[in-house]
Formats: sequence, C-alpha cells, structure tokens
Amino acid sequence: MSNILIVSLLFSAIRLTTPMLLAALGGLYSERSGVINIALEGLMLAGAFTAATITHYTGNPWVGLAAAILAGALVALVHGVACIQFKADQVVSGTAINILFLGIPALLSGAFFESTGATPQLPKGQLIPMAPIVLAFALVPVTWYVLYRTPFGLRLRAVGENPEAADTAGVDVSRVRYLAVMLSGALAAIGGAYLSIGQSSLFARNMSAGRGFIALAALIFGKWRPVQTMLACLLFGFAEALSIQMQGVSQIPVQFIQLIPYVLTIVVLAGFIGHSRAPRALGLPYQKKR
Amino acid sequence: MLELREITKRFGDVLANDRVSFAVAPGTIHALVGENGAGKSTAMRIAYGFYSADSGDVVVDGAVRRFASPQDAIALGIGMVHQHFMLVEPMTVAENIVLGIEPGNALQLDVAGAVSRIRALSAEFGLAIDPTARIEDLSVGQQQRVELLKALYRQARILILDEPTAVLSPQAVRDLFAILRRMREQGKTIVIVTHKLSEVLEISDEVTVMRDGKVVGNRRTAETSAAELARLMVGRDVLLRVVKPEGHPGKPVLAVRGLSSGALGTKDRERRLDGVSFEVRAGEIVGIAGIEGNGQTELIEALAGLAEPAAVTGTIELEGRDVEGLSARARRAGGIAHVPEDRHRRGLLLDFDLAENSILGADDRPPVAVGPWHLWLNREAIRRRTEKILKAFDVRPPDPDLPARSLSGGNQQKLILGRELEESPKLLLVAQPTRGVDIGGIEFIHRRLVEMRDAGCAVLLVSSELEEVTALSDRLLVMREGRIVGEVDPARATPEEIGLLMTGGNAAA
Ligand SMILES: Nc1ncnc2c1ncn2[C@@H]1O[C@H](COP(=O)(O)OP(=O)(O)O)[C@@H](O)[C@H]1O
Ligand SMILES: [Mg+2]
Repeated sequence: MSNILIVSLLFSAIRLTTPMLLAALGGLYSERSGVINIALEGLMLAGAFTAATITHYTGNPWVGLAAAILAGALVALVHGVACIQFKADQVVSGTAINILFLGIPALLSGAFFESTGATPQLPKGQLIPMAPIVLAFALVPVTWYVLYRTPFGLRLRAVGENPEAADTAGVDVSRVRYLAVMLSGALAAIGGAYLSIGQSSLFARNMSAGRGFIALAALIFGKWRPVQTMLACLLFGFAEALSIQMQGVSQIPVQFIQLIPYVLTIVVLAGFIGHSRAPRALGLPYQKKR
Repeated sequence: MLELREITKRFGDVLANDRVSFAVAPGTIHALVGENGAGKSTAMRIAYGFYSADSGDVVVDGAVRRFASPQDAIALGIGMVHQHFMLVEPMTVAENIVLGIEPGNALQLDVAGAVSRIRALSAEFGLAIDPTARIEDLSVGQQQRVELLKALYRQARILILDEPTAVLSPQAVRDLFAILRRMREQGKTIVIVTHKLSEVLEISDEVTVMRDGKVVGNRRTAETSAAELARLMVGRDVLLRVVKPEGHPGKPVLAVRGLSSGALGTKDRERRLDGVSFEVRAGEIVGIAGIEGNGQTELIEALAGLAEPAAVTGTIELEGRDVEGLSARARRAGGIAHVPEDRHRRGLLLDFDLAENSILGADDRPPVAVGPWHLWLNREAIRRRTEKILKAFDVRPPDPDLPARSLSGGNQQKLILGRELEESPKLLLVAQPTRGVDIGGIEFIHRRLVEMRDAGCAVLLVSSELEEVTALSDRLLVMREGRIVGEVDPARATPEEIGLLMTGGNAAA
C-alpha cells in the first residue's frame, strides 16, 4: 500500500470516528450519572436532521449546529423526565426515542420539503467539515478533567455509583442526572450534525446507520472512561474506513465488507464485556425515602 | 444537647416510633438499645433529618428544630454513621469525605487541600487512614473510620452511630471504642445504637432502652446490669447464657478433606476455599468463627450442593459415602439439612404463604406429593404438616395462609428451622441462625440447636457473632482467607485469642 493510501485511510478513519466519539462521550456523561442512554442513535438523528434543516433555512451552519445542540438537549430532557422523574424503564424510554426519530424526520421533511426523508442539498460553503472533528477530540481531555478534577465530576461519579450515599452527602441526585442526560443529548446531536452538515451535505433517512449503538458499544468497551472510549471509537472508525477502502479493491462482495464494523462490535463486546464494570447504579432510578 | 420529644412515626401499618422521648447530655456516650425492629434506627434517622416525624420535636441546644433534609441536621453539627455505609466504593477516601461540600471552585477541586485537612483530623482523633486509598480496597473497620471522618470533616459535634459493631471483629470493636472515648475527651457527644448488652456496659455513660417503638427505660450505665437491660428489651426475664449439657459425640457424620474452590468472584482472595479439612460427629456442634467473607458462605454452599460443581475440588463424605457429585436435592434426601445465612434469598419464597414455604424441599414425595409419579399435592397433609411446624416452633402469627414476607425476621427463621428439622436430618448446616432475630427468638433457636445435638444430629454452625459461636459449639474452628487457621476449645479460649486467629494478628482488619 502506498503512503498516500495510508494517509487517506487515516483521515477517513478520523472522520468516521468523529460522530461516534461525540455520541460516546455524550453517553459517558449520562451513564456515569446512572442513566442508561440507549437513545444515542435517536439523538444523533435528531441532531442531524435539525442541523440540516436549520442550516438550509438560515444559510448559516453555526446556527444549524446550535439548533441541533438545543434539539438534542430537549429530546434528552424527555428521556430524563421519563427516567428520573417518572422512573420509567430506561431501556424502554431510550428505545422509544430511537423509534420516534426513525419516523419524525421523514414526517417533517415531508411537510417542509415534500420529500420522503431527505433535506435539500446544502452548498459547500454552508458546511462545517473540520470544527466537529477538532471539538470531538478536544472533548476527550476536557471530559477527563471534568470527571476527575471538578466538583461536578465528583458528584456525577458518586451519583452513578451510589446515589443514596451522594444524597446523604448533600448532592441533589436528580439535578446532576438531568444535567448529565441533557449534556449527553447535546453531544450526541453534535455528532449527528457532523453527519449532515460536516461529512455530507444533507440529511438522509436513517443516516446514522447504527452509529449511536456502536458508540454505546465503544463506551462499554472503553469501560466508561474518556480515553479508553476514544480508543474504542478509533478502533471502530478504522474498521469502517478499512471496509470502505476494501470495497474498491478486493474480490469479496461489498455487503460482506460493509459488515466488518458491526461484526467487530459484536466480537469486541462478547469478548471483553465481562471485564468491564458498569457504574453500579446504572439503570436504577433513585427513590428518596421520607 | 440533643433531645427527642414525643416523636411518633408510622410506616403504613407499622408504628415504628410511638411517642419516643429521651435526652442526650453533652460530652457523653449514650447507648440506645432494643431488639431488631424496636425503632432505634427510625428514631435516629429522624434526629438526623433523614425521615420526618409524624409528630413530636427534635431539640438541639435547647431549641426545637425542623429538618427538611440531613443537610439541616449537618449544619447544626449532627453526624451519622449508618448501619449500611454510605460510601462510593470506587472513589478515594478523600473524594468520599468532601463529596457534597467540595473545597475549591467549580472548575477545580482542591484535592490536595482536602487531603491535608483529612490527615490533620485523622491525627487528632487517632483514626489512622490513608486519604488517597480507594474505599473498595479498605477493610470494613477502615470504611467505618471513613464514615467517622466524613462526619468530623463536616464539623459534627454530635455523632450518631447505628449498629457500628455489627460488622467488626473483636479487635476492631476495641479500636473503635478507643476512638469513641477519645472523641468524648475532645468534647464530642456520641449516640451509639446497638443490641449487644456487653458493649453497652463497656462503652456508654447512659442508656435508653426501646421496645416495640416505645422508650421503656433510661438508666445510668453504672447503675444497671445486663440482666435488667435484657428484661427491659424483651419485656420478660430471659436466659442470656446458653444452657448446654455435656455432649456425647458419636461416630463421624461429615468428613471434609482438602476442600477447595476456585476464584468465584472478582475479589478472589476472599471468595475461595483453600484446602479445608475437618469432621463433624453425631451429637456435636462444630462452630466456625471468622470475619464474614472469609470463605464461610462458600463452605456451606459447597456442602449443601449449591456451589458450581466444576469450581469445587476435594472430598465430602456423609457417613462414609461420597456426596461430592450429588445435587442439592440428592444431598437433602441423604440427610443434609440447611438453614441458609440469607433467608430472604435462599431460605424462603417471600411472597408464598407459610404452608407453601414449609414444604420446600419435601415437595416431591409423600406425604406432600401423592398419586402417580407424585404429581398431586396433598393439601390436607400440607396443612397438617405446616400447623405442626408452626406450633412446635412457636411461629407467630401461626396462620398458614400468610405470606412469609409478613413475618418478623425471628419468626421467619423459626419457620425455616422447623421445616429443616422436620426431616430429622443427620447433618444440619446452619449459617448465621440468629441474624436479625430478637432476643426471645435467639434463646429459642439456641435451645433447639442444642436439642438437635442431644438427639444425635451433627451440627455445623457458622456465625460471625463470636459470643454465639463460642457458647453453642463443642469444638470451634476459625476460618480466615478460605482456610481453617486453628481449632480452639470454646469453653476456654478468650475472645482476644480467637480474634487474633480471625484477623491473623492484624488488629486493623
Ligand atoms: N422505610 C421503612 N418503611 C417501612 N417500614 C419501616 C421502614 N423503616 C423501618 N420500618 C419498620 O419500622 C420498625 C422499626 O424499624 P427500625 O427503626 O429499623 O428498628 P431497629 O433499628 O430498632 O431495628 C420495623 O417494624 C420496621 O420494619
Ligand atoms: Mg436498625
């Protein structure tokens, strides 16, 4: 393989890692606080669609990005209210959001653009191909710092491990969890926005293609820690980049090559999940006693 | 300094506190005693703002206070060490202590400052602990010190400790008491909740006794005795000592040789058996003492046939017959009965009624199961059997249709014991038989165990209550880290000697 090929593989891998990494870091905040966020996929779609739509109307991708962040946080708030306030099953709530956002973009794009799920093509000048990449990777050390060096991070970890102990120590468990869940929605939505107004130039139906789930897998594989999660995302990103590059050159049917990232996800999870310890209160609603 | 006035608190139908009043004098150690369920924890949680009382007042420094949350109590200088520690295991000691009142600003946690303050506090009160250690790497005794430091760091003047000695080895109890005395010298006020009378007499200045949600007595410790306190707690005279005639051991019933089990959990140092060998003869009680988590659970489960078969090596013989490969049910049929340590998980089906619970393990053969292939349950026989057990073991209320959940801990335990003894076992495995059982129930269960022994049953008793296991056993083995580290004569050994074996001479554990 020539150097050019290797370099292009590298760049392609980093581009493919970016949306997953953003979603995974988002998931990290939520899950470290004890709320399962299986809704990452739906949150990415919400972000992707909002970003493309708003950018189309305003002509400014930054406004589109801001709108995506807002949309992600709001949708996540719904998940938060269901899980924190009403103590709903977190997997069921997350799944509902995922299903909802398979449908909503199609519905709205029908109303706005008379299409069946896609938004109009955006001109090249209205895309932000670099900023989300920089942001995603910069957020890794930032997340590490927040988690281990700030009072908010300490509370976040405590609430996810032993909410009763945190409560007794004077930490407002619900508040921390709401913040964490909304943060996770915002980050996943940035990941989604990168798909529609960074990597490509429109929203296409189900364009996240399971990346939210792979991000969740990376988070588990990365033991809910920022740096390890980034490495896990890079692994999946490389697998995807490789599969794309192989599609042109090898004899193997395309469909099989496209399977690589997904098969890798299963293999990695099946092989390593046993060694990964989830936050102890993950998935458990907290009920204050009076 | 701290006073409860006419505190009443109801949980559904249960009147947990019924006009509870007592006062704690500044600079004293005040003991609050009572049987399980007497309402001690409830009263203390109200004093700490964790629950709100239905009526009555908490008075601190002469003024009536309203606590919306523990934060309000903490602000007044009240600290509490809960029965179940409130610690975040994967975090460090310092992180746990500062949680909720973090030093530094929103962008930066001042860890170094916290660590040095904690070091100063540790030195002042003799609470040796490394602030940078992780909670999950600490022993229970050390975790308790972290809880004490947490309260002291929040400048508590009044410290409430709920059953602090329940989880400690005798050495660790002694260390804790030394710390508490030191705190009293420094002017702190301490309320210690316990149900162990020897500890009350040793540590406290004054004592308040509760029974059935009410305060039934206040005494100066110097002017009372264990017998009087026990009478107040139970409401009648109780036998504090086990009466046990000389035993007449017969031939070996259980022989265990080289029993080992592989790493079953993550903390594999604690969760293993390592070459355990011993015998239990007919007509003797062999006790196993040790700090919890040193292999006792694994031993009992291996003997009862509940352990993963592949993880266990060595031989287990019942009357000379190898039972190693047999299932739990086959071992039962062979004459092994088991009173498990966790009666909620292993002993009962809490939502099933007493009749259904009393046939567990006997449900596949006459007289309970009848007809071709024993397909039918004989309701009449079940009823007779249940009523017999409820009567013989004084289970209250004796209603076969009640769910097991509605019984108190002591009555649940009596039901299990009755069910297990109904089959006239050759070998009885009992683990923590009186955990969460009231004094009256303890007396009853102890008497029954001795009776079984005298009837020729071999009894293997595991208990983390040192007093219990020394009083009941004819021979006493001590377990540590999955090994039998010694055998002592329970009639002669002192708690200190046994404690030394339990901890391997490491008093801090
Ligand atoms: N949170 C609760 N909900 C319902 N019942 C409770 C609760 N806490 C305590 N109780 C009941 O109140 C009674 C007193 O309990 P507790 O104060 O824990 O007693 P103690 O600490 O003396 O053993 C018991 O019957 C117990 O079952
Ligand atoms: Mg209690």
